[in-house]
Amino acid sequence: MATPTMLLLLADGRFPAGAHAHSAGLEAAVAAGRVTDLTTLAEYLSGRLATAGLVAAAFAAAARGVAWSAGRSAALARLDAELDARTVSPAQRSVSRRQGRALLRAGRRIWPAVTFDDLPTAADGPHQPLVLGLVGAAAGLDPGQVATVAAHATVTGAASAAVRLLGLDPYQVQGLLVRLAATCDATAARAARAAEEPPERLPAAAAPLADIHAEAHATWEVRLFAS
Amino acid sequence: MRATARLVARVDRRGQTVLAELRGESPLLLRQVPAPGGGVTVYVVGGAAGPLAGDYLRLDVEVGPGAVVRVHTVAASVALPGRPDAVSRTLVRATVAERAALTWLPEQLVAAAGCAHVADSRVAVAAGGTLHWRDELICGRHGERPGNIEINTWVDLDDRPLLRQSLAVGPNAAGWAGPAVLAGASATGSLLIVDPARPAQSAAVCGTRARLPLAGGPATLWSATAPDAHTLREYLEPDSAMDTIAASAGG
Repeated sequence: MATPTMLLLLADGRFPAGAHAHSAGLEAAVAAGRVTDLTTLAEYLSGRLATAGLVAAAFAAAARGVAWSAGRSAALARLDAELDARTVSPAQRSVSRRQGRALLRAGRRIWPAVTFDDLPTAADGPHQPLVLGLVGAAAGLDPGQVATVAAHATVTGAASAAVRLLGLDPYQVQGLLVRLAATCDATAARAARAAEEPPERLPAAAAPLADIHAEAHATWEVRLFAS
Repeated sequence: MRATARLVARVDRRGQTVLAELRGESPLLLRQVPAPGGGVTVYVVGGAAGPLAGDYLRLDVEVGPGAVVRVHTVAASVALPGRPDAVSRTLVRATVAERAALTWLPEQLVAAAGCAHVADSRVAVAAGGTLHWRDELICGRHGERPGNIEINTWVDLDDRPLLRQSLAVGPNAAGWAGPAVLAGASATGSLLIVDPARPAQSAAVCGTRARLPLAGGPATLWSATAPDAHTLREYLEPDSAMDTIAASAGG
């Protein structure tokens, strides 16, 4: 079990892994006119948490679960293939891998004694939740805490992007996050339980519009966020 | 109601696809119909309303090496409520051998108010096999909010994961109608094409439909949301989905 401070450090948006450059799909949803105010943002965060948030948290917890196992290289490769099969949008696969690469860079510098070499070696990087699992292991987090970091990042990333994209009142947006905290915890707990299942049975919650929006967003020439 | 059905296709000595086994029971009856060209066409003929909560319907499809099978249904299925706290389930398990082809184009699944339904599909395609697989969901009959429904599509290609999608709508699925998932669209679906002979295509998007090349092999998923059943079908017709997207998206 990690110290409380270690958990807070990993969950902090200022952890140098480039999270601030991503809106968790919100920029495209705003551009499509689907998120316009606090009410629609609340619906967005809730749906995002139940889909992409649950899947990312479950895979991060599963990667944490195999972090110290003998067959970790094969186990991580299997998780990588299973996560690919759950990420139908090429743009989202690419974003996940680029975020994974950024987090891996941070992890290697911060924990130089820990090996991250068993991660799958895809050209554009390993999936972010897998790296998060190993970074969490290096920090002493258990699978439940890793899942909490992942679920928390899903909603906080989109929420802070909403303040910039829609000019929403930061106090109101933070109030929204506070009201979502229990759901976020429940999602993380569900993800951590699911992570004990074999990889093919991990959650695969789909969000068709998120996939479609992600592809549209990737074609924009000018955008504020990378995803 | 519990029912199982089974379809096994093989290639005979003349190279024709034949049905080695075709059996079902009400409400899951299978009927072969004459079809032009090679291969066999089978319709699933619903022998009752439903599925009703409490029903468990299972269909096994085995397409042997070189065989060509098309499966349709005669009408939309409407998932309906049944006994309190009961869930209806359908399970379709299909295997597609090398050089074989399975086309699975059922009519749409409608989630009626109060339904509790889980639709599972488990498909294993061997290397060199071809698959067309369509899933379409209509969220509620006209002017109606849907009950709880979950559509799980698990596809392996050459013993590796190709597609894992679990779409949940209804009161138990947080945010499903919101802007992160369906944004109020009452129809959504996808068409998966696994075909080693098709040239690879890039991702493309047009409105609320997208062409998504998958990571795990020569496979593409067309994914769409639509305001109604008719529009969704237009988006996901195997012959036109790719052309209309290509024409509008330039790719």
